[in-house]
Amino acid sequence: MKPDDSRLGILQVRYFARLREAFGSDGERLALPDEVRDVAGLVAWLRRRGEPWERELAPGRPVRVAVNQDMAEPSTPVRSGDEVAFFPPVTGG
Amino acid sequence: MAVRIQTQDFDAGAEMAALRKGDARVGAVASFIGVVRDLNEGDRVREMTLEHYPGMTERALEKIVAEARSRWDIYDALVVHRVGRLQPTDQIVLVVVTSAHRSEAFQACEFLMDYLKTRAPFWKKEQTGQGGRWVEARAADDAAAERWN
Repeated sequence: MKPDDSRLGILQVRYFARLREAFGSDGERLALPDEVRDVAGLVAWLRRRGEPWERELAPGRPVRVAVNQDMAEPSTPVRSGDEVAFFPPVTGG
Repeated sequence: MAVRIQTQDFDAGAEMAALRKGDARVGAVASFIGVVRDLNEGDRVREMTLEHYPGMTERALEKIVAEARSRWDIYDALVVHRVGRLQPTDQIVLVVVTSAHRSEAFQACEFLMDYLKTRAPFWKKEQTGQGGRWVEARAADDAAAERWN
């Protein structure tokens, strides 16, 4: 996050593992859409961009989300300046 | 309490000695080492690559260690996890716990591994004869973590 992102309405979105490969990117800076208030809203907004987001973030797909590096729920708020990461269930150890 | 993410190998003996050095309260040292196997889901594994989420990984592991500390009377804990390319027989992860008595050390060590496997942002991609594939999370790992609740 850049210091002024919280004032500019910018989200830093990050993708890891299978999702990084599927989206062909490890992340992007997004102008926070007006209608996005929480994780569920951001997922719905990304899916409306079409493939590959529609397929990879479809309901029932094994996707986890972290907001500002803490595991999040669909109802977790998403605000200007946040870092939101999308990734599959973890497989370390 | 320490958490380290690194590409290089680790010396478990040296880590265990360092963790309890000079602490005469310690009566028990429990440890776990995870190692790359050459077989998974029936296929030969040639190599695996471990990816992680820098920043969140350390934060998640530190939370897990703090949780262990709140549940058991332990003196110290260490988690070392490797990332990058690893081959069968390579060490992946080390957990060490010190306490006065064995029961706390054993339990906290197992708890740390169960929580690490389900909460710390690491992902494994295996190279087999059929090409690369992401390892899928196992229900058994979720069940192992759930039993501590």
